[in-house]
Amino acid sequence: MENGATSQSEGKDPSGFLSEIIGNPVTVKLNSGVVYKGELQSVDGYMNIALEKTEEFINGVKRRSYGDAFVRGNNVMYISAD
Amino acid sequence: MADAVEDAGSVSEPMDLVRLLLDEVVCVKLRGDRELKGRLHAYDSHCNLVLGEVEETIYVVDDEDTEEDDLKTISRKSEMLFVRGDSVVLISPFTRS
Repeated sequence: MENGATSQSEGKDPSGFLSEIIGNPVTVKLNSGVVYKGELQSVDGYMNIALEKTEEFINGVKRRSYGDAFVRGNNVMYISAD
Repeated sequence: MADAVEDAGSVSEPMDLVRLLLDEVVCVKLRGDRELKGRLHAYDSHCNLVLGEVEETIYVVDDEDTEEDDLKTISRKSEMLFVRGDSVVLISPFTRS
């Protein structure tokens, strides 16, 4: 039955959630504790993330902003829809 | 039709963003408080990168002074650099900061 998971309705599995929130403002926390806030452009199977209008927060303090940012998936702790 | 959409420079998967940065000057954040600025010559799906005219900046925490605000940086330059993908944290187009 596990292999039938692809026929699940969207939103019932984690990647379904991620595809639902594409285009929305999100908060991405990395394992290092750094937080990125931006608009979620896309996510792939590795949890690589493309963000737009990204702001970087270190210890809760805004440090920098990036127009676009690619975050490598292995660094991601969580992605939260704001 | 799908090809036409991709050609338009849209980002349907995160790696497309990196593809759009080819031959552009990029800012790469690495593990261990390091940053690279350089021209992106090549990349692959592991985020292995080849950068040209690179400036590496290392942010050093100065334990002696115990003043956390006092961030020391070391920078060095290299003509061409291969970066192993596993140390990459973030890739973005270079903007003055």
